[in-house]
Amino acid sequence: MNNILTIHDLGKLFHTQDGEIKALESVSFDVKEKEFISIVGPSGCGKSTILSILAGLEEKSKGEINFSKNYTIGYMLQNDSLFEWRTVLDNCLLGLEINNNLTKENKEYVIKLLKTYGLEDFIYEYPSRLSGGMRQRVALIRTLATKPDILLLDEAMSALDYQSRLAISDDIYKIIKQEGKTAIMVTHDIAEAISMSDRIVVLSKRPAIVKKIYNINLTDKKTPIHNRKCKEFSKYYDEIWRDLDVHI
Amino acid sequence: MSTYSKEHIEYLKKQKKEKRLICFFRLLIIISFLIIWELLSRFEIINTFLSSSPTEVLETTIQLIKDNTLFMHIGVTLYEVIISFLIATILGFIIATILWSNKRIAKVIDPYLTILNSLPKVALGPLIIIWVGASINSIIFMALLISLFVTIITIYQGFSSTNQSYVTLLKSLGANKKQIFLKAILPSNIPTLISALKINISMNLIGVIMGELLVSKSGLGYLIMYGSQVFNIDLVITGVVILGIISYFMYFIIDRVEVLMKKSKS
Repeated sequence: MNNILTIHDLGKLFHTQDGEIKALESVSFDVKEKEFISIVGPSGCGKSTILSILAGLEEKSKGEINFSKNYTIGYMLQNDSLFEWRTVLDNCLLGLEINNNLTKENKEYVIKLLKTYGLEDFIYEYPSRLSGGMRQRVALIRTLATKPDILLLDEAMSALDYQSRLAISDDIYKIIKQEGKTAIMVTHDIAEAISMSDRIVVLSKRPAIVKKIYNINLTDKKTPIHNRKCKEFSKYYDEIWRDLDVHI
Repeated sequence: MSTYSKEHIEYLKKQKKEKRLICFFRLLIIISFLIIWELLSRFEIINTFLSSSPTEVLETTIQLIKDNTLFMHIGVTLYEVIISFLIATILGFIIATILWSNKRIAKVIDPYLTILNSLPKVALGPLIIIWVGASINSIIFMALLISLFVTIITIYQGFSSTNQSYVTLLKSLGANKKQIFLKAILPSNIPTLISALKINISMNLIGVIMGELLVSKSGLGYLIMYGSQVFNIDLVITGVVILGIISYFMYFIIDRVEVLMKKSKS
């Protein structure tokens, strides 16, 4: 498959009054179409910064980011940031409103997504009525509403309890695969990364460089929850754990 | 209704009882205060010439109504309050929006805003009279000086402490500044705006009375000032009591508006 995104020698410096912090030393990797890539690394290593730069929220300090076509990006933040004063549907239409793209077809597409992914009864409810897992699903549909080609997921599940987290990672994985999207996910959870990804980019501690890139080959690969039972799972887990070199 | 459990009905009863109790104690305080005041003056323990009495306040009020002057004074004060309240709210909102949209302007004028806000505006009274003239405009100007800066600061602080993740989200969707303001800043700050209105209405009342004490030919502040000059304590206290009632009602109206807005939302 073709690369749809190439990142080469990406670097980022943060400047404050007290000095500068080098978040990214040099990060290079590529992303293929419909691939699911995870970025793991020690906390504070600058993984989220990569997504912020890709989404255009931060300027890069050096390096190159090349999209092979005019691809659009959807960014799913760590915090669901649902607007409490808008209904679930209106929250999902936010991106379309902003891009002046709120056509009848687009609205129907969003309603279809909500119905398909178990939120039919909550379309006209306010977010306060939803559980944490549902909120996350709404946030994903809000991201999907503008039909982006590449999804960026920033610790999207980390605010949830362990049970909901397993369930929602299954849901989100299914939605992404069914809608045929390419995804780049940042996570600190090694197991989550192995269970969902085609490839895993392991970063060093700050300033980050790419330590290793794993191709995840599981026999009998299905859904994230199922994948955790594959026999290669613990091998990958051990290797990545060692790469991260966590000293407590 | 009939589907409620016995326990819930008990709970509702308890709540009702509690409400009545609170209402009772509220009335108890005011009634006993009035009775004690009246008794003390009847038995000449306090000097009614200096401290008046409830019946004399009532008589003065009736007299003012008969003279056709009471509602004129109330009207003048209310008119001034409403005009300055409207100007302060609109101007405060516009300035706060400009400050939010341009951080540089906000930083530049920050110290001036602080000085103007903390300066005791009564000190400017004589200047205002000289500059604006001894008219109703002076009073409105005084009220504006007192209320405007608090309004700006309250609204601006609300705007700039909006949940940052809302802003990040909108930016990630490609929103411009105007869209961020209309879609996140404004709707998430409705409670801030209402509390600004609350502060604003009482600040304007303070400002208007202060202005009327300094320079006026009518209004409740004038009534109080006039009463003290001719040493008519009944008139002074009547003025104060009416003022108290008016300020309570103004607050009450804003409070109702708040409740209505909350209801329409849910």
